[in-house]
Amino acid sequence: MWWRSASFILDRQQEQNAAVPPNPESLLLSSPPPSMADSLQNPKPDISAYYQTRAAHHAVVTSDWLAQAHAAVSIQTDDDDSSVIDGKIAPAAGGRGGDKAFSVIDEFNSWRKQPDLAEAVAAIRALAAVIKASQATTMMELEIELKKASDSLKAWDTTSISLTAGCDLFIRYVTRTSALEYEDFNSARSRLIERAEKFGEISCKARRIIAMLCQDFIFDGCTILVHGFSRVVLEVLRTAAQNKKHFRVFCTEGRPDRTGLRLSNELAKLDVPVKLLIDSAVAYTMDEVDMVLVGADAIVESGGIINMMGTYQIALVSHSMNKPVYVAAESYKFARLYPLDQKDVGPALRTIDFGVPIPSKVEVEKSARDYTPPLYLTLLFTDLGVLTPSVVSDELIQLYL
Amino acid sequence: MDTRRVSRAVPRVRQVGFFTPNTPAQHPPPTRSQSGPPTSDSPPLSESPASNTLSPVMIPPARHLSDNLGGRTSALPVPGRGNAGDHATVGSYNPSESVLWLESPTRSRISDEEFSEGTDWYRRSNSAKFATSLPSGGFNFSPVKQPESVAALEAKNPLPEKSEAQKEQASNSKPLKAKTTKAERRALQESQRAAKAASKAEANKSSTPGGAASSKHMKQPPQKKDGPPAASSVAASERIGVDRPVEKERKKDLPPPRMQFDDASRVGKAKRRSVLNQPEARNRVELFRHLPPHKNGSQLPYLESKFFELHEMHPAVYKVGLKYLTGDLSGGNARCIAMLQAFREAIKDYSTPPEKTLNRDLTSKIGGFVSFLIECRPLSMSMGNAIRFLKSRITRLPLALSESEAKATLCSDIDRFINEKIVLADKVIVRHAATKIRDGDVLLTYGSSCVVEMIFLYAHELGKRFRVVVVDSRPMLEGQKLLRRLVAKGLSCTYTQLNAISYVMHEVTRVFLGASSIFSNGTVYSRVGTASVAMVAHAFHVPVLVCCEAYKFHERVQLDSICFNELGDPDAISMVPGRVDVNYLDKLIDKQKESHQLLNLKYDATPSDYISVIVTDYGMIPPTSVPVIVREYRKEYLLI
Repeated sequence: MWWRSASFILDRQQEQNAAVPPNPESLLLSSPPPSMADSLQNPKPDISAYYQTRAAHHAVVTSDWLAQAHAAVSIQTDDDDSSVIDGKIAPAAGGRGGDKAFSVIDEFNSWRKQPDLAEAVAAIRALAAVIKASQATTMMELEIELKKASDSLKAWDTTSISLTAGCDLFIRYVTRTSALEYEDFNSARSRLIERAEKFGEISCKARRIIAMLCQDFIFDGCTILVHGFSRVVLEVLRTAAQNKKHFRVFCTEGRPDRTGLRLSNELAKLDVPVKLLIDSAVAYTMDEVDMVLVGADAIVESGGIINMMGTYQIALVSHSMNKPVYVAAESYKFARLYPLDQKDVGPALRTIDFGVPIPSKVEVEKSARDYTPPLYLTLLFTDLGVLTPSVVSDELIQLYL
Repeated sequence: MDTRRVSRAVPRVRQVGFFTPNTPAQHPPPTRSQSGPPTSDSPPLSESPASNTLSPVMIPPARHLSDNLGGRTSALPVPGRGNAGDHATVGSYNPSESVLWLESPTRSRISDEEFSEGTDWYRRSNSAKFATSLPSGGFNFSPVKQPESVAALEAKNPLPEKSEAQKEQASNSKPLKAKTTKAERRALQESQRAAKAASKAEANKSSTPGGAASSKHMKQPPQKKDGPPAASSVAASERIGVDRPVEKERKKDLPPPRMQFDDASRVGKAKRRSVLNQPEARNRVELFRHLPPHKNGSQLPYLESKFFELHEMHPAVYKVGLKYLTGDLSGGNARCIAMLQAFREAIKDYSTPPEKTLNRDLTSKIGGFVSFLIECRPLSMSMGNAIRFLKSRITRLPLALSESEAKATLCSDIDRFINEKIVLADKVIVRHAATKIRDGDVLLTYGSSCVVEMIFLYAHELGKRFRVVVVDSRPMLEGQKLLRRLVAKGLSCTYTQLNAISYVMHEVTRVFLGASSIFSNGTVYSRVGTASVAMVAHAFHVPVLVCCEAYKFHERVQLDSICFNELGDPDAISMVPGRVDVNYLDKLIDKQKESHQLLNLKYDATPSDYISVIVTDYGMIPPTSVPVIVREYRKEYLLI
């Protein structure tokens, strides 16, 4: 998808060379060992790794909250270890510690730690490392190896849609590249690696493209409601502020990570007037709002989005009040998924801290994300351009068929 | 003469791109810039011919997308176009012209609209084509627009030139004809017939130098006669301009229109051709008169008796036709497969008659089979697509191929179509749809769709625990067959009638529907009753999954289930077999029978709003993406 992005909107000269840190030592090592499959067990499969990373990167961390969180997490892990998978965790840990061989998962995790790097990009970087480490001599071998690696990556965190989407996208790219342009295997291979490394840069670029595309929609004196913390949304608002637009922003609090606090903090630094709302005050303030702008974890084939919990209800409220809902998301978040309702997406569970102990008989809804049907979305701002929800499927069909 | 030829090429829009290099020099550049996109605001009258002449050129090639629009919009510019031609050739001799020019604002607006349509299309298909199409529009008309240089020539023979223009206008004015009354149309037809006869006679006498053109110029002599008076009155020129050959040429690009059975003359003609007895159209509902009347199995003996008269008909095709007629063969896929297999048999036994080529003769032969099958039962969309595939395969056969090779190729093509587009497609659909079934689901289906049945059985095999609600309705009661098969496999089922749909819907978690066809606006054309099921499901926020193979997609747009449908046996709804006590309509006297009409529709159209997802062999897509599939798929199956 990136090869026909709307990057014309960017000034060519502002290409920043994305700092590509040298790859870890594992590059010279041999291809993934057969034992890889065993070591791929996610230590806490019922907690979404994706959302934990997000929380780590975007949440506001106060000291007392941290303490509570630590307590909660340790309780949680103890629970898990003892009850659920106590048999499996030990060999997995052992396998990982002892086995120094190359592992996609480790690679992926090391990339994932960078706060500015999207998960899909991390996945693609990890797959690029697989290519580097691979000793395949034909395209077919390489493809099989990549497929295996991406399957294990997907299996490692089934809750992360962007991980899956990133893997699919890259595999798709590899199969498309394969024999078409390069008869020579080595040139094809180096081309793939180069492409994967560029990808991080492209993802930053995509954000800027989206920010530029959005500018036409932000008018002076408008009020924008944002939900959660999204790097793209922040980039959009930052660009608007730099363009001397006068607007104000309503930030929802974004429980349980309170990612909204972080966003309001960033916006306050930019001298944008910000108002913080608790998540339940959306309908109350919707009267004053001119548009809703949200990011997305994934854009699915129906044209709907999967995003942080609460997006759906905001979309519902704004739909009933005839306010436009805009989504800003990079095109690598397009996923071949077609949820029919909320429960159709596999739940991504996370720990939720209520501040007080919850009796064990009380059930807690722990899902971290919800699905907003395309009906409630007005436009999607992507680096392919400004799309209506129905175009997403067309793009996906053209990409994957 | 030369100039005339070039100008004649203009209305054939497809050629626009190729004609550019031939005639560029003749055109003055300023006019060209005039004929650029913003034609809408080029009011100066002297210039407007250029902008007007541009418009028909920019009509996109007759494509389903723009058929309606092209027809509609081109209806208006017609008079202007005719006059533009006159203006160019003879000069402004015509006072009525000025009246027409008054209309120019509307016209130009419309031409602009067309233009944008055209650009849209071109851009989508091929940007290079688009680029060339722009200037060529201006250039191609240049010969027509050069009155001074060729004036002498045209003074001698002005009329052929005009007939050109009129011809174009004729092809354009076809929709306009709809406004004329029946009597007018008839008069027109008569005049045309006379003209044709006259032209034929004259063509025999004199062989014109432009021999190739003569067949298309059949109408020239009479127009020569009518020419001057026609020019004086616009209406007359318009009417005379209606020219068959060009129309025919146009029609080739369009999908053939379905026969309208309320058109008495056509029905009469069809009757003469037909093999079957056309049943008398008695007491049919006014709104649905245009649909072919139902033919029931009672004609079987008659058809059997005629078996030996139908030499042309291959026995396999005949068999399939009879099965259609009696209703033994139903279900879109089954009918399509049976038809294709019959065609394959026919192709195997086919031998090219002497002095004919396989490509042509076989196509017409298949056409004969198809019209026989249509008589037995109207074709479904899927069958239409399959036939189109087969015909395109036949016409694309390389001429160098020997007969046996050609036949083998065609047979393998048919097999591949059946295998890839139907059998494998079903497997893929089943695989996709089964991912949407979770434990504890209650799945509802309506009628009997073989794909949906396969999905249920597959999910059952996977060990998913779910319950099925089979909704059914009279008079087909197909659901009972499905129910029997599902229960035999051990699924737990509920059976209910369509009237109870709103009652059962609240416990349902997914609705699975089959489809006979899906149109490019996402409308699903399926067994009658499907629309109400989908509507109720939508009201209850239950996701509706439509399972349909991509070969059933059709580029047509349909908004209601009136203009295209199929009539069933009207008696089937008035009588309940085996229930003497409820047959209230049995003993009606003739007079009562005359005053009531029975309507048994077979299909209905479900709007895309009620459909959550379409499961097809290309994956799960929203109904808005059907045109994309149609586009991609069309490309593929024509070029297989």
